[in-house]
Amino acid sequence: MENTTRLPSQDREKRHISAKNKYGWFFISFPVIILAVFMLYPIISSLFLSTMSSRGMIQKFVGLRNYVKLLKDTVFLQALKNTFIFFIIQVPIMLFLALIIASLLNDKSIKFRGLFRTGIFLPAVTSLVTYALLFKMMFSLDGLINKFLLAIHLISEPIPWLMDPFWAKITVMIAMTWRWTGYNMIFYLSGLQNIPDELYEAAEIDGANKLRQFRFITVPMLKPIILFTAITSTIGTLQLFDEPMSFSSGGVTAATIGPGNSLLTMSVYIYNLCFKYMPNFGYAATVAYVIVILVAILAIIQFKLAGDKR
Amino acid sequence: MRKSLKKILQYAFLIAAFVVAVFPFYWMVVGATNSAVEIVKGKITFGNQLGKNFKTLFAEYDVARIFFNSCKVAILTVIGQLIISSMGGYGFELFASKARDKIYGIVMMTMMVPFAALMIPLFRLIVRFNLLDSHLGLILTSLTSVFLIFFFRQSFKSFPKEIIQAARVDGAGEFRIFYSIVVPSMKATYAAAAIYSFMTSWNAYMWPLIVLQSNQKKTMQLLISTMSSAYFPEYGVIMAAILISTLPMIIIFFGLQSYFVQGITGSLKQ
Repeated sequence: MENTTRLPSQDREKRHISAKNKYGWFFISFPVIILAVFMLYPIISSLFLSTMSSRGMIQKFVGLRNYVKLLKDTVFLQALKNTFIFFIIQVPIMLFLALIIASLLNDKSIKFRGLFRTGIFLPAVTSLVTYALLFKMMFSLDGLINKFLLAIHLISEPIPWLMDPFWAKITVMIAMTWRWTGYNMIFYLSGLQNIPDELYEAAEIDGANKLRQFRFITVPMLKPIILFTAITSTIGTLQLFDEPMSFSSGGVTAATIGPGNSLLTMSVYIYNLCFKYMPNFGYAATVAYVIVILVAILAIIQFKLAGDKR
Repeated sequence: MRKSLKKILQYAFLIAAFVVAVFPFYWMVVGATNSAVEIVKGKITFGNQLGKNFKTLFAEYDVARIFFNSCKVAILTVIGQLIISSMGGYGFELFASKARDKIYGIVMMTMMVPFAALMIPLFRLIVRFNLLDSHLGLILTSLTSVFLIFFFRQSFKSFPKEIIQAARVDGAGEFRIFYSIVVPSMKATYAAAAIYSFMTSWNAYMWPLIVLQSNQKKTMQLLISTMSSAYFPEYGVIMAAILISTLPMIIIFFGLQSYFVQGITGSLKQ
């Protein structure tokens, strides 16, 4: 404090800051208390669990041994591999498709834009139970998709969509892309509305074609939103649970998740460790924390990638 | 000439995307009018079994009650989430301080934790609070959405601070400023959040499956999954149930659609 005499205005400011502080706590107290009970407590509790080994009711402390055990667990490694296949193939295809549709729809000369937008977003309102059921019926051996592909002579015999390890993954990826592309498109479309038309007009005058406009205006301007959708999709895919569970025949009680465990993801493995085998909550919590760590690493990489290109 | 070819390609792509996106909905409606055998055979034209399918559905299952359960849980969750998450977003944005930003960081990080990891401790908590097999157990655990806190904070960023300053000078209390000035002028944001919130609650499957146990407490999603795992699934009846459970979502989405896009656009502005 250099000033020895305090001005009344300073006093008022100080009072204002403390009042501001008080109200700040008031506003955030409700969500923070609820999250502390129903989110933070379970998170910490399962972190403790991840250092325990449990067989039914008996628990004993094992420190980091659960994490070491994971590296030699072939089922876990398969779950890890499956999850990453979904992540590496499905996420880029979906986001790219969403971006293309959004930029096509942003063209003001297109007729029925509202209709297209609504229709393409519509899958995002369906529930998992619903769309899994619809897709399972459509992709059955004598289902609509096979009938259609046979009719247009694209294939000569039906594809065993959900009975073959390779095709089962493809089917789930198609279903996920159907469900989430429109959802991501809405974010891009909203972002595109914030880009001034003059930028495109100027590029047009300079002789830049649509492809170059897409590459040099749309993508850089949407970078924060692309980053946002990439991170939420990463989180969603690494936690992938509902789809593999509903698409595998027999569901919860089946011996394998998908043919040859081809749909076994890390979250499904957690569920199995808790409810299917002799429950080992500690080991399950360890798998959960591996997912958290992987998401964190991938998010950092994505932030870096987005930053460097600028 | 090249220009019109481009236009045609553009339309072709959009129409293809539209057809792929909408076809399953068409099929769902058609399915509700056909018998199980016809659906399995791949019939994609309207049949005359609609009345029969609905009659069977209402005779075999307590659909009215289950539909009411879903509505009750979803509406109460939406109200709770909108009030609490928007207060959180408002507090974090307009009263930002170092301490509160740290808390915000922690709150955002919880998004990375898979639900499968929370399931067991959360289940134990519900049992301890004696909330097993109750709708309150579902509502209470989802009263706050981390994503919505983030969404509201982003949206409040573009709210003109001068209005709040002016109201303060006029002597309005902070809470009054919030509910009588800020909330009414952010309708689009609240509508977008309401759609999101209703969607997640209405479509929830895993957590209700664990919490709810008795038949009278079930929600629509649980009903559909029970129906589809039957030994001989009656597809026509299932399609009718799917139709009933999807309709509210579609109605709400169409009703609030223009707000929805506006709301998301508002949250992306900086």
